[in-house]
Amino acid sequence: MKAWDAIIIGGGHNGLVNACYLQRAGLDVLVVEKNGWVGGAATSRELTPGFLYSNCSYVCSLFRPEIMRDLELPRFGLQVISYEGGAVFTRDGDYLANYRDHDAHRREFARFSKRDAEAYDRYARDVTRQCRFIQPLLMRTAPDPTSLKPRDLGELLYLGKKFAGLSAQEMALTLRFWTMSISEFLDEYFETDVIKANFALSGIIGTALGPMSPGTAYVLLHHYMGEVDGSVGAWGYARGGMGAVTKALAASFKASGGTIRTGAEVDHVLVRGGKARGVMLAGGEEIYGKLVVSNADVKRTFLKLVEEKELPDIFLRRVRNFKIRGSSGKVNIALDSLPEFPALPKDSPVYRGDMHFTDSMERMERAYDDWKAGRWSADPFLDMVIPTTLDPTMAPPGKHFMSCFVQYAPPKVNGREWTDADRDGFAESVIAQIAEYSPGFRDRIVHMEVRTPREIEAEVGLTEGNIFQGELTFDQLLFNRPVPGYAQYRSPVGGLYMCGSSTHPGGGVMGAPGRNAAAEILRDLAKSYQHMSPAHDVI
Amino acid sequence: MNHQPTARTLAQSHFRTLRIGSPFQPRIDALAKTQDWYNWAGYRAPHSLWDEELEYFAIRSQAALFDISPMTKYRIEGPDAEAFLDRVTLRDVTKLKPGRVHYTAWCDDEGFVLDDGTLFRLSPTRFRLCSQERHLPWLLDSAIGYEVSVEEETEAVAGLALQGPTSFAVLRDAGFAGVERLKIFDLADFPHDGETVTISRTGFTGDLGYELFVHADKALSLWDRLMAAGELRGIRAIGYTALNRARLEAGLIVANADFTTAEHAIRADRLRMPDEIGLGFMIDLEKGHFNGRRAILEARARRKLRHVLVGLEIEGNIPAEHAIVYHKKHQEVGLVSAAMWSPMAKRNIAIASLTRPYGDTVVEDLWVEIYAMRELQYQKLMKRAKVVARPFIKLDRRTANPPADF
Repeated sequence: MKAWDAIIIGGGHNGLVNACYLQRAGLDVLVVEKNGWVGGAATSRELTPGFLYSNCSYVCSLFRPEIMRDLELPRFGLQVISYEGGAVFTRDGDYLANYRDHDAHRREFARFSKRDAEAYDRYARDVTRQCRFIQPLLMRTAPDPTSLKPRDLGELLYLGKKFAGLSAQEMALTLRFWTMSISEFLDEYFETDVIKANFALSGIIGTALGPMSPGTAYVLLHHYMGEVDGSVGAWGYARGGMGAVTKALAASFKASGGTIRTGAEVDHVLVRGGKARGVMLAGGEEIYGKLVVSNADVKRTFLKLVEEKELPDIFLRRVRNFKIRGSSGKVNIALDSLPEFPALPKDSPVYRGDMHFTDSMERMERAYDDWKAGRWSADPFLDMVIPTTLDPTMAPPGKHFMSCFVQYAPPKVNGREWTDADRDGFAESVIAQIAEYSPGFRDRIVHMEVRTPREIEAEVGLTEGNIFQGELTFDQLLFNRPVPGYAQYRSPVGGLYMCGSSTHPGGGVMGAPGRNAAAEILRDLAKSYQHMSPAHDVI
Repeated sequence: MNHQPTARTLAQSHFRTLRIGSPFQPRIDALAKTQDWYNWAGYRAPHSLWDEELEYFAIRSQAALFDISPMTKYRIEGPDAEAFLDRVTLRDVTKLKPGRVHYTAWCDDEGFVLDDGTLFRLSPTRFRLCSQERHLPWLLDSAIGYEVSVEEETEAVAGLALQGPTSFAVLRDAGFAGVERLKIFDLADFPHDGETVTISRTGFTGDLGYELFVHADKALSLWDRLMAAGELRGIRAIGYTALNRARLEAGLIVANADFTTAEHAIRADRLRMPDEIGLGFMIDLEKGHFNGRRAILEARARRKLRHVLVGLEIEGNIPAEHAIVYHKKHQEVGLVSAAMWSPMAKRNIAIASLTRPYGDTVVEDLWVEIYAMRELQYQKLMKRAKVVARPFIKLDRRTANPPADF
């Protein structure tokens, strides 16, 4: 019976990135995907005629350009378009916009606070400095600080040197950045509540923490590390929705000779003598492989797909304690016309950017209070975009797709499973909030896809619907991601690797975990990975 | 003395307007949020209108409107127009059917390139030649002995480039019935505002796109017609910076940016033959005599072609604009004339002129030295460069028939 060189469990973006690099290194690679389509949380499906959604992830910035280039994704149809800024609507009928033009941005802030307007440069400088420190680490395997292997020592030295290269002041800032709350961090720069709320959103997205929880400052950095074509920190839309990313990956993979099987759910990893030998599908079919790579999150991989007896106790305990908490949901809406926001001038570029309604730190924290109490937020935090203002491929002319990322949504409602009625109530909290700022909004709705953590886990397989496959708090980053001693994409089971966002450098549609895992696998196989570009210089 | 005013004396006042407006200027001024102008052949043309990066993405995702009125335009007409142009330009004009356009170039008698441009065959006996530089003396002198008239019509004719994936849908929605039949490099006349507009499926972006020419007095109504039809298709006006990025991705060269035209080159070693700037494919030796033919043939035979223009792909993501190209990191072999990080190709691309055999038969071990100025210090990077084919991007939608809506 055929034994594949590698079997990848899960056709999400990291699984496909990993598969592409392994296939291009000459391995015979099979991707098994439980759904009838690939993409994981980067999919675009047409759920109502004429409208394409970005069903889960909805904007693109973190995906590494080195990977796009190596895997020739543009040739396979990937196109990323920068978008135009955005705004927070305020309850007094105004808004605070973010403009791409530096001076327009300053003048906009000056409408609220002249002091804060001029503080922005200092804030941007400090954030950029921190990003420059972290960016080069994204495409490197994190060193194991307990290991005496020359490579680990070398990488530790690299990290140490980079850190030592910082001034005492910057070092202090770095440590603060990694541990502070976003609220406290912003207090050091700004005095105006709505301006702080404007920046704080990047600190809580996808995270089961509030703006006042320690560790959220780093989450903000994570969202600033990306780029669109060299504009660091910029975000864009994948033309055709985020599914265009995985569609291009799948096409690249197939063009290099790889095989994808959809509708093939893995029941468990076959292990014999402490070594992975393949997978058994839900239907009982066994597929053999010389190695197995899991794109699933660390909990799903080791608590569901691998038998407990194959794993050391301490590893299992750490996997169980890995924080991967459901905190967000998604409402995708097909609209028969562009919604109007009376607060916005008709020619405002904000329509083409991201929009929010949470105009104070307190409202943000209150939304989190609901989550702690096991409820979805009565006054949720929304990250709302209308990609069809820039992408003509997702809806007919004049009609629009609106993506609402919604926070907070607990993994369980008052300790019990989500019901359909809960889901509808959750959706209503979102629609009600939008309608408050956009009269007639409800009448424009053609179709809606509502996804609570229940739907996201059931369809995509993300434990609790956590978008990062695990919180991005400092205790779960670098050599601690996902668990100490196993941060280099290997696992206690021989020949079983991890390549999902549970691993370094974490979530967001970045592709770096899949790539870095491929580098480690090829190293173990003593194969060349010349086809893998090094990370771009940060100069 | 009491002189009557003449056309000539009335034209005196031009000194008061050093940068004239194009026929579309009122519309462009209204959209010029950045007020970022440059001088395009005496016209006040926008570098950008609102955001050069987003203007670029308008070309690649929706539809972008770019004013090409400042381009030099000659109307060439007469029973001998075909024979005349066949004699002046490199390509075989007898193969250019009425209703077709081709990209061509023309040389002086020594075979050095005077310019490149587009030749529109509007009828069996009428042509329009568009170019970057001005060539009236050359064209008139060459016309001696031909029954042909050459008229400069730059200011009389307004031109617009409508480029991008929704450009066809915009034209169709604007009511230009039959525009779907235009294949790449086709042109046809369409009624507009009591006159006609000439629409060709051409452009400078490597994307689906069209160019529209109309009498200057119908310029504004054409602009309004396109903008109204394009509203739901995401139409946006753009400036040159965005277009320049798109043209580089398309691998197209710009006269006096990527090579020096023969009538401007002061230094003899800056002159270039078509084979030296990537235009050798235009030379048609099957056709009759054309200006520069003998010199080009001789240069080819005696291997006197000293230069070559190539596409480069450079490692990393830092643009190598005007970087020096080296062989084995130390021997200087050429210069990058245009470079960028390509959003469409996700590659660091460049056009460079190299001294043969480098870039021609020797393509290994080429490097570029990038001087990236960052906070008052040059970060010097020596990066590997690979000679690659142009265009750097190839979009199926550019040539798809019928053209798609997006």
